[in-house]
Amino acid sequence: MRAPAIIFLVYWSLSAGAPSAPAADSCVTCHSALEEAEGAKGPAALIKNDVHIAHGLSCADCHGGDRTSDNPDVSMSKAKGFKGKPARTAIPKFCASCHSKPDVMRKFAPAERVDQYELYQTSIHGKRLAAGDTNVATCIDCHSVHDIRPVKDGMSPVHPLHVAETCARCHSDKRKMAPYKIPTNQFEEYRTSVHWEAMTKRGDLSAPSCASCHGNHGAKPPQVESVAAVCGTCHVTFEELYEKSVHKAVFSGVGGGGGCIVCHSNHAIHQPSTAMLVGPNAVCSGCHDAGTAPAQTAAQMAAWIDGLDGALKQSETVLARAEEYGMEVSEAQVRLIDGRENLVKSRLALHAIDPGEMRKPIDAGMAIAKETLAAGQAALREKDFRRWGLALSVILIGIAILAIRFLIRRVETNGKQQGPL
Amino acid sequence: MTERTNLPATDPKNKTLDWLDERTGWRMVRDMADHKVVPIHAGTAWYYFGGITLFLLGIQVITGVLLLLYYRPSVAEAFDSVRFIMTRVEFGWLIRSIHSWSANLLILAAFVHMFSVVFTHAYRRPRELTWLTGIALLGLMLGFGFSGYLLPWNQISYFATKVGTDMAASVPIAGPAIARFLRGGEEVGAATLTRFFAFHVMILPLVTFGLVGLHLLLVQFHGMSTPSGVPPSQLAQMKFFPNFFLRELVIWYGVLAVLGTLAAIFPWELGLKADPFASAPAGIRPEWYFLAEFYTLKLIPSHVWFFEGELLGLLGFGLLAAGWVALPFWATGRNGDQRTRLVTGAGVFLICYLATFTILGYLK
Repeated sequence: MRAPAIIFLVYWSLSAGAPSAPAADSCVTCHSALEEAEGAKGPAALIKNDVHIAHGLSCADCHGGDRTSDNPDVSMSKAKGFKGKPARTAIPKFCASCHSKPDVMRKFAPAERVDQYELYQTSIHGKRLAAGDTNVATCIDCHSVHDIRPVKDGMSPVHPLHVAETCARCHSDKRKMAPYKIPTNQFEEYRTSVHWEAMTKRGDLSAPSCASCHGNHGAKPPQVESVAAVCGTCHVTFEELYEKSVHKAVFSGVGGGGGCIVCHSNHAIHQPSTAMLVGPNAVCSGCHDAGTAPAQTAAQMAAWIDGLDGALKQSETVLARAEEYGMEVSEAQVRLIDGRENLVKSRLALHAIDPGEMRKPIDAGMAIAKETLAAGQAALREKDFRRWGLALSVILIGIAILAIRFLIRRVETNGKQQGPL
Repeated sequence: MTERTNLPATDPKNKTLDWLDERTGWRMVRDMADHKVVPIHAGTAWYYFGGITLFLLGIQVITGVLLLLYYRPSVAEAFDSVRFIMTRVEFGWLIRSIHSWSANLLILAAFVHMFSVVFTHAYRRPRELTWLTGIALLGLMLGFGFSGYLLPWNQISYFATKVGTDMAASVPIAGPAIARFLRGGEEVGAATLTRFFAFHVMILPLVTFGLVGLHLLLVQFHGMSTPSGVPPSQLAQMKFFPNFFLRELVIWYGVLAVLGTLAAIFPWELGLKADPFASAPAGIRPEWYFLAEFYTLKLIPSHVWFFEGELLGLLGFGLLAAGWVALPFWATGRNGDQRTRLVTGAGVFLICYLATFTILGYLK
């Protein structure tokens, strides 16, 4: 009998000590009224979608002041710690007051990094801001202000799908970029690239956008020596082969970037093809004159790749035809995938500029193409054999039917076994 | 035992036949066959469908046994073993394609045979048990179809079995237990495959052979049914052996030609290996003989009044099936008069329903 009474007393004592419902936020109340009177959408309206508000923070947690007081002289008094709107140059430090503190961030987003401010100070943006250039991007230019959403939120300006557009807001603005004498066509070029296609058409959020190569908070262009390393972050094997190639030493000295971008460009990276090796648009011809040994090697490599591609396509066509006829060719089709892998490997091996290395996947791929073509042709021959077999069987069945009909007639007419009794 | 041949008793062949007859009584069977007659009337052609169904069943047994030589009933090996049959075994493609096509034609022939019995009113007294064994055999054929469909362990069959057993689980009270029994667990998996294999090659064949024997015995015992209202004595007759049998043979040859053509021009496809983690293929549907019921269940709203839609649908099918099974009993009035028009109407309605909903199920 005593136990329930003790439980009740404990519950009652805890309930009595629990904080009451939070008082209305005077910042929101007043600013909502002001925004309504002005008919403009301001901070009070925007914070509804803000990640900070979602985590239980309020205006006063950033701007200071006393949100419990309805008197503006009190709520926005310096005595209450009111900081107001920070100067543009002070914004990064303003955000860093929480975002650089692991103890604070651990409460809300334990996995979140806390080195953004540190990185920002090493970036072109950070350095210029420190030098007093207020045109450069600060936290709020990319993340927005008051309606700051988590990066994973599809509507966030820094969501992988929107990063390029967000950067382009400034970097495509000719007037804004004029003082820095940097091009403004990066976004336009990027939108023609395989990376943009992977991101927007295939929905591959891991596909690179601006920040993947240039960094986000520590944003700056990759230096000549580090371009291959930047591309190599994803294209690991390409980088390894390139490092071994004769181009490595040569391209390092090329101005305007060097490395991978000499052949593939930087922002407008298109689907590579053998047209990059031979023909009027060959990138090789930019350095190697037609008829020279390197140009001939490039032409040879292109011929090998095109030869393997053609052989695999021929096998694919024959197998598809056999499949249309209902022939079971799935094993050969699976084998054809190995052939395609060898084609990819041969394109990969090209980056070492070593014909001997490239022959290995080409030879392996050609062997598979030959084998699968033979399987497809055998399936088509088998189809013909079945049709002929069917025709012969139907003829034999027809003869048997005629023989039985003849037998029935004989049985029913010779009087020995009458038909209808 | 029954009758000695006219050959001299010293003839070695005659002596052998006598020796056999003394021990097996085979001449009695021969005499029965000799005396078996088939009535000739406007509906005589429908008699052939029983024989066609039996012929196709025989094909199923032969091709099934041949497939067993190579098929391996495990999740890891089933698909590859069927592919091996289709690509490596000499004429394996033909055996498997004939087995699959024949299974479908068998069910079609069984349906035609059943409706011919309904429209010629051959179910009436004293053939109620012949009707019941026939209906049970049709159910077994559908069971063969359902269990055999999973055996190649491909993507379509895996998900069709999942849908099928989910339906069984919706049956009130016993449903979850039935589904668990069929699957050998909570999900379609390795246990389901071995279980379905056991049903397909052992349990269902044993029951089928027993019932086929009983069905044929009853047909033999009662003789061929004649149209109602016409005394059998007023009908012309033909001998079963050889006259009717030879005609039946012609039809069997024709069916064999159709089977061969289907197998050679449209070999039964294998598809992709089942992947339980893959999403169900778009537009998944069961075999044509379950399609009308499947489409009906899809049309029923999720809730009808207080009842769950699917449950109501299954209840409806259950009542319909029970009524159909009991047809010989409600088709005869208290005074012994035949409700032929009611039965014909019910048969026409059922055919229209099955045909319409099967076509709609394919088109939608």
